[in-house]
Amino acid sequence: MISIKNLHASIGEKEILRGINLEIKAGEIHAVMGPNGSGKSTLASVLAGRTDYEVTQGEVIFNGKNLLDLSPEDRAREGLFLAFQYPVEIPGVSNINFLKTAVNEIRAYKGQEDMPAKDFLALVKEKQKLVELDGKLANRSVNEGFSGGEKKRNEIFQMAMLNPKLAILDETDSGLDIDALRIVASGVNALKSKDNAYIVITHYQRLLDYIVPDFVHILYNGKIVKSGGKELALELEAKGYDEIKEKFESLES
Amino acid sequence: MANEILEEHINSEYKWGFTTDIETDTFAPGLNEQVVTALSKKKNEPDWLLEFRLKAFRHWQTLPEPNNWAHLTYPKINYQDISYYSAPKIKPELKSLDEVDPEILKTFEKLGISLEEQKRLTGVQSNIAVDAVFDSVSVKTTFRETLSEKGIIFCSFSEAVQEFPELIKKYMGTVVPYTDNYFAALNSAVYSDGSFCYIPKGVRCPMELSTYFRINATGTGQFERTLIVADEGSYVSYLEGCTAPQRDENQLHAAIVEIITHKNAEVKYSTVQNWYPGDKNGKGGIFNFVTKRGICLEDNSKISWTQVETGSAITWKYPSVILKGNNSVGEFYSVALTNNMQEADTGTKMIHIGKNTRSTIISKGISAGKSNNSYRGLVQIRKGATNARNFSQCDSLLMGDKCGAHTFPYIEIKDKTAIVEHEATTSKIGEDQLFYCKQRGIDNEKAIGLIVNGYCKEVLNKLPMEFAVEAQKLLAVSLEGSVG
Repeated sequence: MISIKNLHASIGEKEILRGINLEIKAGEIHAVMGPNGSGKSTLASVLAGRTDYEVTQGEVIFNGKNLLDLSPEDRAREGLFLAFQYPVEIPGVSNINFLKTAVNEIRAYKGQEDMPAKDFLALVKEKQKLVELDGKLANRSVNEGFSGGEKKRNEIFQMAMLNPKLAILDETDSGLDIDALRIVASGVNALKSKDNAYIVITHYQRLLDYIVPDFVHILYNGKIVKSGGKELALELEAKGYDEIKEKFESLES
Repeated sequence: MANEILEEHINSEYKWGFTTDIETDTFAPGLNEQVVTALSKKKNEPDWLLEFRLKAFRHWQTLPEPNNWAHLTYPKINYQDISYYSAPKIKPELKSLDEVDPEILKTFEKLGISLEEQKRLTGVQSNIAVDAVFDSVSVKTTFRETLSEKGIIFCSFSEAVQEFPELIKKYMGTVVPYTDNYFAALNSAVYSDGSFCYIPKGVRCPMELSTYFRINATGTGQFERTLIVADEGSYVSYLEGCTAPQRDENQLHAAIVEIITHKNAEVKYSTVQNWYPGDKNGKGGIFNFVTKRGICLEDNSKISWTQVETGSAITWKYPSVILKGNNSVGEFYSVALTNNMQEADTGTKMIHIGKNTRSTIISKGISAGKSNNSYRGLVQIRKGATNARNFSQCDSLLMGDKCGAHTFPYIEIKDKTAIVEHEATTSKIGEDQLFYCKQRGIDNEKAIGLIVNGYCKEVLNKLPMEFAVEAQKLLAVSLEGSVG
């Protein structure tokens, strides 16, 4: 699905990603954990194509294409989805109108006709149930006046509508109460298939109780310093990041 | 990144810039009393109207040209270089559409304005009656018979002068006197045509009325007047559209619109102004100096202005409402978009005189390119206007860092019971919003269209349905290439 090789990225003079290697196959869920400032969100942003970051080295192959050569919108059209840590408000643009535009842009990219309005509305109805999103929210402006939980559920709703190949959930659990967390997780689980893959970025083990990862990677100081199965997350939860920090800081110095 | 994107070549094109070859009857350039008299004679006007024109002309000559207060810079206009009358050569008596110059019909078809009533039955033309003004004269008013069954008068101004002189005499110049300002005086002296609309007592006009203005001839000015009178308990929704060919020279458009509402009457006036804005270097384009004002003459009446301004090199325009009747309501909803080298100084005046009068101002400015966009508004609560209410919201959206947005609110309150609120915001089109859209597969142009239309939604919602769709497209086209 995606193959990340020796990825380096900087913002200004500061190097944030310092050689990421990651291989993800269809049907897999990879969790990326790590302390604040380790580069988790930068990794998500670089993959999605945010231009604030400069990729200085490395290569990312996504479905046989050089991802870094694609514009952000083409990455999305190729099936890469980012659930934002801080979803953006777009006043005056209804969620429905926004999604209709997105769905049809992606279809146009694939040489398909616009989705008929009837089918689109049926799809909306079906998918909003998945994250227990109120029908009214679908008609409100994109994320405007949404609670923190509603914004995150809206991200998963959009993901469901766009049906991506690879979804990156950037701290989707932050700011969620336990009920919202369960709703978001069950949405993700319902959408999981052998054809798609997930990168789940989180600080906490908690989310991984609901979305069970196949692999866990620990990102520290711009590098993946440890990889393992789901038990690695539990280990981290028990011990914290201190051990890792000490080990690698001594290594680097 | 925003800067990089903005550096890109601005290449939006004006799609209405074609010209039409027709024979015209055009006055030689120049302005004096003889020209004013000749114009009046040409239109076979009664003596009182010639007198009105001459008074206006003499007054105009005493006025200095105002160019010190508005936030606009433009070259001095030489009023002797302009031709004050240009009309398509047509047969004197126009009995059917077949007699209209086919080139003119084609022009309006090209603009999406059908002058053939029967097209309505096939669903091509919607339920809108149109008065089409080509250069200085009205060429055709549709649905006149249908409307007259209800006693509604909708015709060109010139026809109204001939057929309903008493109404014209009674109302013309009562809201915008010729002494009002420089351009109003000029218009009053040399106006050539326009539209007249009268809705009788208790009648709700069954269709939208519309005037479509098209400047075609070169070297001419366009000076038209619109007069709308809504008698007791009546209602009308009025639309105005305008385009002009793409020319290197600047052309002057100085219009007057007057609206009078009697007791319990309501007029909704919507404009999509799309005069040629000039090229990306600021060459050519229309100078648009327009005085639009309505008066809620009697109790419980309402005047609502909605405007979407995307055209003209220079826009100078303040659609206003005088709230004279008690409980009367004035509204102003505006989207003003400037791109490239365009300059707009636009806003409104709400003059509260009657008791319990209310006004709402929603202004959305969008500046792109190297343009300057100013909101200028006056809220005046006169003594005795007890319990007057005003709410104003002025938002500015900046695209890029070479444009300007300015807000000049004036508030004068002479009555202690008044409640006046003013809110203003300035924002830049968010890099975050754009990226969010792109991450969902929406490209830059479409994303800007979405965001800008969302930003203007409160105003666009006030437009009649079809007009709103047109306006949305127009906003997108006007911004094409302005950001990446």
